[in-house]
Amino acid sequence: MIDIGLGHYLTLGAVIFSLGVIGIFLNRKNIIVILMSVELLLLAVNINLISFSIFSGDIVGQIFTMLILTVAAAEAAIGLAIIVVFYRNKGSIRVEDIHEMKG
Amino acid sequence: MIIHAFFFYFFSIVAILSALMVITSRSTVNSVFFLILDFISIGCLFIMVGAEFLGIIILIVYVGAVAVLFLFVVMMLNVTHQKQSWFIGRKSTHIPSGLFVSIIILLELLVVVGGWKYKPNVMSSSTLQVSENISNTHLIGSVMYTDYFLYFQISGIILLLSMIGAIVLTYRKRENIKRQSYINQISREKKTSVEMKDVEFEKGVKIDD
Repeated sequence: MIDIGLGHYLTLGAVIFSLGVIGIFLNRKNIIVILMSVELLLLAVNINLISFSIFSGDIVGQIFTMLILTVAAAEAAIGLAIIVVFYRNKGSIRVEDIHEMKG
Repeated sequence: MIIHAFFFYFFSIVAILSALMVITSRSTVNSVFFLILDFISIGCLFIMVGAEFLGIIILIVYVGAVAVLFLFVVMMLNVTHQKQSWFIGRKSTHIPSGLFVSIIILLELLVVVGGWKYKPNVMSSSTLQVSENISNTHLIGSVMYTDYFLYFQISGIILLLSMIGAIVLTYRKRENIKRQSYINQISREKKTSVEMKDVEFEKGVKIDD
């Protein structure tokens, strides 16, 4: 309990990942919160990579964390740009209104 | 050791609670604020565990760029009035299935954690050893710019691509504003733009734009 090991960090990552998945299913009306939940998922993956990297003495996990961070920033920028364009065209970003592709 | 445990529990409890607030908060602006709090506490955890460079990078990139981007979009699009009515009497079939999938994922991840805890001999699979007497940032730099140089370049191309993509997506051609046209400026010649006029006395020249 007092001795903090790898398992504690992995549990924290698992809990945050599950909260992100719950957030995607819970907020089905608000697409910005869905994007934030995707950011939470990527953050949980980063926690796992960094804790494995530290506890197993391998620096490669931190390199891949930086790559995931890059991809997360690019994904947030593109997703928010798509939301802005959609709002400009439709006047609303509710998820129910996004049915152009009949998907 | 006890200080380490105390700070770990403090930051992780703050992180989990703020992640809960992100997904259950009623207004989107509050969600963004709790997302910032979550990023900060996870960054502090990274610094605490020994990955100082990544912790600072998380603070700079997530808190300084991504969260502010979210905040800009939320405030620009005027969706703050859009409440999330996810628990008030809606006939939604997504929430039970979503909870089911999330709990399954949590159990699977905990199985992974338990397997790691009770079989710790798998540790010997590292490819590049961390040396104790050089700093974290130095180590990341010495690996990233040599062995992982291709990945570094590819991530730079991804960032450039996302920048161009975001600009192209949100660019809008507006009417009724004067714009500078480089092609017209460069291709202008003397004989089309300069002409001689005989100016009559006390009449002047009429200039049309």
